[in-house]
Amino acid sequence: MSTDNRPLSPHLQVYRLPFTALTSISHRISGVLLSAGSLVLVYWVLAAAAGPASYQTASAILGSLPVQILLFLWTFVLFYHLCNGIRHLIWDAGHGFELETAERSGQIAIGAAVALTLIAWLIALV
Amino acid sequence: MQYRTPIKEARGLGASHHGTAHWWMQRMTAVGMVPLMLWLVVGLAMHTGGGYANAVAWLGSPFNAIVMVLTFGVLFYHASLGLQVVLEDYVSHTGVRLALVLAVRFLALLLATAAIFAVLKIAFGG
Repeated sequence: MSTDNRPLSPHLQVYRLPFTALTSISHRISGVLLSAGSLVLVYWVLAAAAGPASYQTASAILGSLPVQILLFLWTFVLFYHLCNGIRHLIWDAGHGFELETAERSGQIAIGAAVALTLIAWLIALV
Repeated sequence: MQYRTPIKEARGLGASHHGTAHWWMQRMTAVGMVPLMLWLVVGLAMHTGGGYANAVAWLGSPFNAIVMVLTFGVLFYHASLGLQVVLEDYVSHTGVRLALVLAVRFLALLLATAAIFAVLKIAFGG
């Protein structure tokens, strides 16, 4: 059996990933990051259940500037995964596979994620 | 002499009518997560800055407690399905892969249980 003519996966060291491929791998990476980020949410709820003293400690940690910056990035990662996830669901339904459409929907997903992140932090800070 | 048909050889092996279950549940939980995450981010943005009493009042109201319990259930189910796919794609050693998939499942169940317990404790006035 000849294996010479088989298609090869992109050689990641030398192949510049197209935009659609970048949005694809970002979806997976963002999912892993969000799984890790869910620990923060669990910590916050556990602290609230443990009483005012623990909640005070949790608030001080979560309210510090470095953590606030991480939470801001986490919000963007969440909304990227959400918007790009909707894009994946539309593909699952059998639509939007044309290259121009796929690139456009990727741009829309990123734009919507940025907008939703800013809206969320506007609600938080105002 | 081979008397068995190929279909007889194949039956009972492999996914056996459950092949799409993982894929389908990933999508079902994804659809559910869209409204849940929008609700969560708005809720957190509005109620995490106001101290212990504000946070507990928000988490403890019947509607919010129910949606929060639902959120933790769906979130950790969705996360464990997603992380499982990532592990299955990148970890080639069968034993290590199985151990990691089990670890992810158990950890997700533990975190979901702890978080849901915390929400119920707040809601029932503990």
